[in-house]
Amino acid sequence: MRNAALAAALLAALVYPLLVPNYLITVGMLMFFTAFIGQSWNVSGGFAGQTSFGHAVFFGVGAYTSTILHVSYGWNPWLAWPVATAMGGLVGAGIAFLSFRAGLRGSYFALITLAFAEVFRIVANSAGFTRGGLGMLIKADSRFENFQFATPIAPYYLALALCLVSLAIAWWLTRSRFGARLVAIRENEDAARALGIDVFAEKVKVLTLSGAMCAAGGTFYAQKYLYIDPSIAFGIDKSVEMLLVTMVGGAGTIFGPLIGSIALTTINELTRNAASVFPALKNVQPLSLVVYGAMLILIVARLPDGFASLLKRRHA
Amino acid sequence: MLDPQIILAGVLNGLLAGGIYVLVAVGLTLIYGVLHIINFAHGSLLMLAMYAVFFLWKLSGVDPYVALPIVTAGAFAIGFVLYRGVIGRWSHGKDENILLITLGVSIIADNGALLFFGGDTETIDVPYAGKIIELGAAFLPLPKVISCAAAIAICLGLGLFMARSDTGKAIRAVAKERQGARLVGIDVEHIFAVSYGIGIACLGAAACLLMPTFYVTPQSGYAFVLVAFTTVVLGGMGSFVGAAVGGFLIGITESIGGLLLGEQLGQIGISLIFILILLLRPTGLFGARA
Amino acid sequence: MLEVRELSKAFGGLKAVDKASLDVAEGEIVGLIGPNGAGKTTLFAAIAGFHTPDSGRIAFAGHDITGLAPHQVCAAGMVRTFQITQPFARISVRENIMVGAYFRTADRREAMHLAEAVAARVGMTSQLDRQGSDLTVAGRKRLELARALATRPRLLLLDEVMAGLNPTEIAEIVEVIREIRTAGVTILLIEHVMQAVTSLAERVYVLNQGRMIAEGTPAAIAENPEVVEAYLGHGAAKVLRA
Repeated sequence: MRNAALAAALLAALVYPLLVPNYLITVGMLMFFTAFIGQSWNVSGGFAGQTSFGHAVFFGVGAYTSTILHVSYGWNPWLAWPVATAMGGLVGAGIAFLSFRAGLRGSYFALITLAFAEVFRIVANSAGFTRGGLGMLIKADSRFENFQFATPIAPYYLALALCLVSLAIAWWLTRSRFGARLVAIRENEDAARALGIDVFAEKVKVLTLSGAMCAAGGTFYAQKYLYIDPSIAFGIDKSVEMLLVTMVGGAGTIFGPLIGSIALTTINELTRNAASVFPALKNVQPLSLVVYGAMLILIVARLPDGFASLLKRRHA
Repeated sequence: MLDPQIILAGVLNGLLAGGIYVLVAVGLTLIYGVLHIINFAHGSLLMLAMYAVFFLWKLSGVDPYVALPIVTAGAFAIGFVLYRGVIGRWSHGKDENILLITLGVSIIADNGALLFFGGDTETIDVPYAGKIIELGAAFLPLPKVISCAAAIAICLGLGLFMARSDTGKAIRAVAKERQGARLVGIDVEHIFAVSYGIGIACLGAAACLLMPTFYVTPQSGYAFVLVAFTTVVLGGMGSFVGAAVGGFLIGITESIGGLLLGEQLGQIGISLIFILILLLRPTGLFGARA
Repeated sequence: MLEVRELSKAFGGLKAVDKASLDVAEGEIVGLIGPNGAGKTTLFAAIAGFHTPDSGRIAFAGHDITGLAPHQVCAAGMVRTFQITQPFARISVRENIMVGAYFRTADRREAMHLAEAVAARVGMTSQLDRQGSDLTVAGRKRLELARALATRPRLLLLDEVMAGLNPTEIAEIVEVIREIRTAGVTILLIEHVMQAVTSLAERVYVLNQGRMIAEGTPAAIAENPEVVEAYLGHGAAKVLRA
């Protein structure tokens, strides 16, 4: 039953771009892409319980690494992609090593990740190799071998593939020893230590995985929009977006980030079109985030497992 | 190397900015010290208070300094209500949860401001904006001197209030030992709400002192939240003396960092201090050992 | 099997454990008792690697394990439970025990079988699908035991597994602990209530104000005037004898 529903959903996702106009294909691409980077947050923040306010640091490292290799050194972006992914993992390992070695937990870990992202943003804003605050433009040359796309269909399928990979990783976490250890650390660090778990090592591992995933998303973003700047790459907006979709959809669940991303993207598109209805509002774009901020409060207070838990509860 | 006169001027300017950081940080450290919650909405609430000052001036022509009692009282009321309605109700349990709830408040505030006020940078033109005090080689803008002096006076007044008044004593009792305070008949929930209100009132006052020389955008909250946290962590979470020393140190760091590294890269000092303190000495300069 | 020599641990100025020594031989059940605040849990935490001792030495199965991290102590074959039970609240009892079982195997199926076998040993088979947070006090105590047991330890450190239980539940868990020992696991247990220990332990150590004040059979300990005074206050032994 469950498998049949999943197969049907997958089939629908596969034929969707063949049936709808370009605008809706791009919306679908955004849903899967946001679900992917949300899942990168979920791996460390949801499964392992290490709340981060600065995941943009990994996103930005991925976006800048591939873009610098491509623009400044002439690498093919497809080749730069795995290097960018590895860099994200490396930065994740480094931040985790420093923070967890110092014994930071809970809110302090969240705040230090924010500060790391801010340091990277300021460096990118001032350094020559990132072209400072001007940002970096990737020369348009819409050929697939350049990791560029003439139509919205190809990036849609690529985002869908990324999303499926991230779902597979999350599914693996629910079935593997590594995942069980992460959940144990989230639920009770002392008990996890007593049962033989090397908490420090597992936390470094999960931040490495999460950082690598998020960086892979950064490269995809740069290649899709052909432009990045320090605020887009390292700003708090991206960090908050990843946290929000996961928390709202259900942290520590396989489908949480996807559910949250579908909801956020839908609200986003609806409010984008609401400008004509409320002319008094100068800019209705932020409305979706106001709604999401309220949902975050409600969920943390009332539904710690996200909206997904409502469905689960009904089944139980 | 830079002229020592210029460095001295930088230090003086840093101290002037630092005075207001002290006021912002005292609010944050009070909330942490009494309620043991990390108020991530601190920057965003400051931003809202700055908009309040801006609109009072723009719509009714109220001078920012004249607005101080009104905005401070209003901020206290908003803080009190926010605690009673949202934060206090759900502030129990894991500390990340309350961090996420205050993040939610700040997301609503930031995007609400963008929604209603737009993304433009707003400033107030006061007639005394260009007045300068000469102190050796340093030219100090008069409003900055007034604001810094006022911020210090408010902090001292708050210190006196905490030391002498019954409410202040009750707040300190709750901060030290909330169970004990409950046993001797203090209404702890009420004290929590009052403390949160005072913490936000500090922001109301700070907003009035900032606006004559500063600007506000919906992103101002984010710019201030890291400054405020760095100040408090540097001084030691929950320590008033620490917040005071930290505020001036951060002001100087920012000013000298700007001189040496330029406007852009100069901001890096604050984040680096924050990271280094958390990694090397999480109790800060004046914090009690955990 | 376990040798603790002259172990000390202070917090600030307070000496929680002061030059305490104890030995546990393979196959024994040894009790560690003492009044509230005697330092029992601190001593346990130091043995299990949760506190680094200020001085002294801990050897397990012939190896010096002083200052090792908890997961290394666990790898050596010694695992502790918590007096204040620490269940993984939002996952099932089965998954709770599997965390322990994963210590010996990376295979999910094997870990699940091991977890179910351990659950049967401690009498939790019917509760396998309940959430960690839904258990009663007795259930939580059993879960502590089961999780620790699933790591296949050679020595179990049990911290007040009987506190808070009613007489029926105590009788049940005493039986479970006896069976665990019969299966070849050595046991060192902390109890605050002396009575609970006498029915289980062959030997008992008494800790008072951080110092080891007596050691012997439960019967001998009960007669020891210093122990009686530690529990009942100065002068109590005289009164009782009179």
